[in-house]
Amino acid sequence: MSQPKTIIEKVWDQHVVHEEEGKPNLLYIDLHLIHEVTSPQAFEGLRLSGRKVRRPDLTYATMDHNVPTIHRNVIKDQISKKQMETLKENCEEFGISLADINHPDQGIVHVIGPELGLTQPGKTIVCGDSHTSTHGAFGALAFGIGTSEVEHVLATQSIWQAPPKTLQIHIDGKLGTGVTAKDLILAVIGRFGVRFGTGHVIEYTGEAIRNLSMEERMTICNMSIEAGARAGLISPDETTVEYLRGKRYVPEGEEFDKAAQQWLNLASDPGARYDMELEIHADEIEPQVTWGTNPSHCVPVSAQVPDPLNAESDDEKDSIERALEYMGLEANQTIQSIPIEHVFIGSCTNSRISDLRKAADIVKGGRVHEGIRALVVPGSQSVKQAAEKEGLDKIFIDAGFEWRDAGCSMCLAMNDDIVPPGERCASTSNRNFEGRQGNGARTHLVSPEMAAAAALEGRFVDVRKQMSTV
Amino acid sequence: MEPLKKHHGIVYPLNRSNVDTDQIIPKQFLKRIERTGFGQFLFYNWRFNDDGSLKENFSLNDPKYNDASILVGGENFGCGSSREHAPWAIQDYGFKVVIAPSFADIFYNNCFKNGILPIQLPNSAVEKLMEKAEAEIYGLSVDLEKQVVYGRELEVNFDIQPYHKEMLLNGWDEIAVTLTHEDKIDQYENNTKGVKTLGIS
Repeated sequence: MSQPKTIIEKVWDQHVVHEEEGKPNLLYIDLHLIHEVTSPQAFEGLRLSGRKVRRPDLTYATMDHNVPTIHRNVIKDQISKKQMETLKENCEEFGISLADINHPDQGIVHVIGPELGLTQPGKTIVCGDSHTSTHGAFGALAFGIGTSEVEHVLATQSIWQAPPKTLQIHIDGKLGTGVTAKDLILAVIGRFGVRFGTGHVIEYTGEAIRNLSMEERMTICNMSIEAGARAGLISPDETTVEYLRGKRYVPEGEEFDKAAQQWLNLASDPGARYDMELEIHADEIEPQVTWGTNPSHCVPVSAQVPDPLNAESDDEKDSIERALEYMGLEANQTIQSIPIEHVFIGSCTNSRISDLRKAADIVKGGRVHEGIRALVVPGSQSVKQAAEKEGLDKIFIDAGFEWRDAGCSMCLAMNDDIVPPGERCASTSNRNFEGRQGNGARTHLVSPEMAAAAALEGRFVDVRKQMSTV
Repeated sequence: MEPLKKHHGIVYPLNRSNVDTDQIIPKQFLKRIERTGFGQFLFYNWRFNDDGSLKENFSLNDPKYNDASILVGGENFGCGSSREHAPWAIQDYGFKVVIAPSFADIFYNNCFKNGILPIQLPNSAVEKLMEKAEAEIYGLSVDLEKQVVYGRELEVNFDIQPYHKEMLLNGWDEIAVTLTHEDKIDQYENNTKGVKTLGIS
């Protein structure tokens, strides 16, 4: 038998178009996803040099970053409007399929790819967005690229990439009740930091990963970039195959069975070696809350905000002090004493139907705490529709949440969904960077369940206690 | 793209780790459809008060660094969002070289597409550069051909992938380079084992 290989190596090797000593590999791209913010300059570049899009049929566009999530047809921001119009014109000119703001398939690019079945195991997928790693949940090699690379992929359907190092994160055991995929990935980043993944593609393995649904796996892979990794993926299994069955762009009948067999064969071989291996135990993980200004600044909900005096290095001390000042928190303050003013349930990390169901379970019959503005922004128009069919919208609206149309929304606050300076938001998104949700805004990353519980209580609480009283 | 072979300039030290691209250029400036004019928004929330006046306590606002063209940062420089607006802002502001102990992958790649040289140096060298540039107006020379940076009391060699080096030395258009291999892309696509069609019309 030949040397056992990881899925990362298998997918990579299948896509090398050209290799040459001293150069990165030229890698073929199977799916190129496009959105309005990082593509206009790429299309302009093509026009200036008289180039065409090589494979419009492997390219798919939507509008998500800028779109209003309310009153969609009145876009007040003229610069945003221009950016959306530009995408539409570019897609028309170059023959690219577009789910625009009024299209029933519109949504966050990383939500609609899987939902339409465009995302499939073994594909190489790129998008001018760092959270492209989300698609790795299917065993695709999916990574974010810059706008020059978007132009390059449009023109050549390929990209120059040095072979990555491989990193296995093995998670054994079972997640406890009320502990979610979001808590798992936050705990990983909390433990190992925001740069341990640099230069690597992560494969998540182990019992805890196998037990996750596809939507939960997407939450995990989504945040690989917050660990610095180029991509993160999970070997396909029956869960993957069953999720994809019947999706619009997936083959049917015998063709599907054939494809499914190929997908399953991509899984890492037993005994495959990785350049780095890390381990974490699912049973030890509690619901997490970030207190600082990068995703590694996180602690269990039962814990306190750290004290810079306990830092292990000057660099860490400096980082904690700066973060506490920005976040308006005191050292050693308990997480559950932190009051909040905003709640955001949405983003490519946590805006899928199962996220909304879990949040609605907590919210049901409750009331958003006085003085809190709470938003639910479904990841796609079809998630929105599915949720409305189940009556989730009513649960949220009755409790005092705002129920919005699909988009990136308050995750990065490029539209009007902004957290004002100095105010605090419990957010199911992926980045708690300074100013991410608005200039001076203070973000605390949590799971949808924890965000829902915080909305009702006006501060962070251990969602597990709420669940046991139900 | 303009070739970059040698550069001499003043060092600006930004002594922070994990400087993310949201800080380099905040999202409100990503709505433009042009590649140019982003320099005025570089580090916007660190440089400016809400009323648009300069924040005195942010080091880049120190007149000493007015002519700086070499940015020295901490670990994991450029992490977070893939936005190429970050290198566009850095370049448009006047920086040609960025030095750090480590870079985030996407930012590092994006630099080369825009004629910016990112140099990874050991922590000790970066610390020394920071100290010097904080204490005085410190000039540094960068020789890409020889892979060395040198200034007063400091000389350090650096590693760079030959491909990246060639790109910058020659100011190549990467798409043009790739298209010299177009036959291989055709061949790959013709090999049905390799290509998956989406069925998107």
